[in-house]
Amino acid sequence: MTRRGRRLALIAAALAVVGAAASLALYALSDSIVFFYSPSEVAAKALAPGVRLRVGGLVKTGSVMKSSDERVAFVVTDGAHDLKVSYQGLLPDLFREGQGVVAEGVLAGSDQLHAETILAKHDERYMPREVVDALKKEGRWREGEDVAKP
Amino acid sequence: MIVEIGHFALVLALGAALAQTVVPFWGARVGDNGLMEVGRNAALIQLALIAIAFAALVNAHLTSDFSVLNVAENSHSAVPAIYKISGVWGNHEGSMLLWVLILAIFGALVALFGRALPRSLRADALAVQGLISVAFLAFILLTSNPFERLAPAPFEGRDLNPILQDPGLAVHPPLLYLGYVGFSIVYSFAAAALIEGRIDAAWARFVRPFTLVAWSFLTLGIAAGSFWAYYTLGWGGFWFWDPVENASLMPWLAGTAFLHSVAVMEKRDALKIWTIFLAILAFSFSLLGTFLVRSGVLTSVHAFASDPRRGVFILAILALFIFGSFALFAWRAPMLKQGGLFAPISREGALIVNNLLLTTSCATVLLGTLYPLALEQLTGEKITVGAPFFNLTCGALLLTACFVAPFGFSLAWKRGDLFGVIQRLSLAIIVGAVTAVVGAAWLSSGSLFAPLAIGLAIFIIVGTLIEVVMRARRPGVAPGVALKRALGLPLSLYGAALAHLGLGVTLLGLAGLGFGAETIATLHRGAPERVGPYSITLDSVGERVGPNYKEAVTSMTVRSGERVVAEIAPARRQFAARQMTTTQAGLATLNFGQVYVAIADPTPDGAVPARLYWKPLVTLIWFGAGCMAFGGALSLADRRLRFGAAARAKVVAGSLARPAQ
Repeated sequence: MTRRGRRLALIAAALAVVGAAASLALYALSDSIVFFYSPSEVAAKALAPGVRLRVGGLVKTGSVMKSSDERVAFVVTDGAHDLKVSYQGLLPDLFREGQGVVAEGVLAGSDQLHAETILAKHDERYMPREVVDALKKEGRWREGEDVAKP
Repeated sequence: MIVEIGHFALVLALGAALAQTVVPFWGARVGDNGLMEVGRNAALIQLALIAIAFAALVNAHLTSDFSVLNVAENSHSAVPAIYKISGVWGNHEGSMLLWVLILAIFGALVALFGRALPRSLRADALAVQGLISVAFLAFILLTSNPFERLAPAPFEGRDLNPILQDPGLAVHPPLLYLGYVGFSIVYSFAAAALIEGRIDAAWARFVRPFTLVAWSFLTLGIAAGSFWAYYTLGWGGFWFWDPVENASLMPWLAGTAFLHSVAVMEKRDALKIWTIFLAILAFSFSLLGTFLVRSGVLTSVHAFASDPRRGVFILAILALFIFGSFALFAWRAPMLKQGGLFAPISREGALIVNNLLLTTSCATVLLGTLYPLALEQLTGEKITVGAPFFNLTCGALLLTACFVAPFGFSLAWKRGDLFGVIQRLSLAIIVGAVTAVVGAAWLSSGSLFAPLAIGLAIFIIVGTLIEVVMRARRPGVAPGVALKRALGLPLSLYGAALAHLGLGVTLLGLAGLGFGAETIATLHRGAPERVGPYSITLDSVGERVGPNYKEAVTSMTVRSGERVVAEIAPARRQFAARQMTTTQAGLATLNFGQVYVAIADPTPDGAVPARLYWKPLVTLIWFGAGCMAFGGALSLADRRLRFGAAARAKVVAGSLARPAQ
């Protein structure tokens, strides 16, 4: 095979692989990305049930209800709006009332989320960044408030 | 006082790094040997100074000197000594200091063992390495000084993040950094080759040992991190496609591609420009990873308290080194001479396919990692790109690469015989296909990944073994002769074979997950709970007090039928200083698989809610990674490929022809 032919074969192979990768990526991106909303945004957007999303805010104090077989129900709030979350499974180590939380799952009604994953913050020093932003949007966040704890 | 000496040593190290950058570079331009030699000494002095600084910080942590801000924020007098030491890099400032320490170690290695290198190439490589040091030392001194004092000194430290109080912290970051930062030397050599405007097979021979070292450590570092996450986060996952993990995977993918293309360059003098490109790419991804992790743009366990100034500074470093090197590449690469020819069906051809697949999979990881950040900047929408995206894109491409691996390993250089190779591998193909079908039949869930992966894994393992045996034993050769031939085969062949076997073994471990079981249950004392082929019984719940925590410990028995096969003690630890709880999973290794139990807080009546998993073959994931790294080490031990061996031979031959310089 000539140098030119070899180069053409190489370019064709490269285009094939890159093309396959690009179409896979586009397909996956259209199908498997998850949007993040605060409870206020969920209320404002009137999303259809069955939509997959992430919701972040604070666990409303006094709202955590544990029942048998590891079912948990609680309310996520950003101060302005609330969203009920139900979850079956073990909660993460740092899940606490009044603290930041991110729940990922499927919307069951306009104000009810069936969570499949619950994420709490990693460290007592900071909140998940998404939660901070969501709270800031609602004007419920003061800079340094959480950090000031000695 | 010792702390101030450390700080001062770091400032002096910046001076040494500046000298290492400017003087040898100038010397190489004017052809002055004396000036070029300065680079070597500067590299050694720089290492000594950074080592002093690092030792000073270790000392401050060991003696719990809370007048140092870094110690006060990240340590506690009650922390065990090992976590006092590993706590040095369990925070932003300390981990950056470890970063530059390793950078300096690699620079010093070139200075010490690079005698066989062409003088000007070595001088230029040391200069580029010095420039990287200058940037990061300036970053540490200006934005992240680990030696900052705190007045008045607090009576007690704020404690190391309990998640980090684990032997994993002692192992994972140093290994990862040895890999991550190790690619800096490859980058420096690539930049030096571009500056010199000359590159040949000898260049490939010089950088190969460094590549093998960096790649092996990166493999081990990623595996250690994944194992740590697996047993410490309490839900049995070992890879989360977390942006920070992706940040370490991208240099690994680019580095693996480089490792293969540099072999082509060394043996066949081909693919030069592409190899240089990959060398730059691998370290660029290391830098990008450092930026993602250290700038605070991501929320993650790895992102320590962030400061926007740091992000901008690292971004500037990133831009300088990535754009600088690619500009140099665009300017100089067309001048490099192209080398050997080969047919598309050949080992070179297969390695090109490997490179294409690895780099595109790397690109998909990059896309998935940066897309959410870009979208948020542009539209304000927050999205998550999770495992489904990466499994479909990167996963599919990597599985294809796995499929190509045995063919590439068996094809001959220059012009291969694909039909012959298929014949040779027919046994492996058949065994792999049968395994896949049996796996699919056994697994009723209809998942495609597990049977496919298990078939591929068997194909790789058997195919690699066949190739090694065939190399030693030609038809009609007596067993004794074959054994002799086997001993005579180069170590680098065994290294490559072992790395490919490791790949197969890791894939086997991944496939095993598809055959696992998991359940969530509240365990009552004496009542067994089934998971997979085992049953788990809670025997007792107790309390225990550790040095800086107290824990609720349970003891459980794992039974297979009536037979007791293991005792486990999953626990939950309460750390008072930070008001945090961590999960200590109970693990029992049974035939390469593991029973994994993570508990929640026991209820007042003594019952324990728990997650129970049976993960068949899971340990193979990390065992395979260990094989890959060991394969790299084996290749490194190959005498023929040892640093500068070829160059030395050439010098001897050359000195006969003309008088010594």
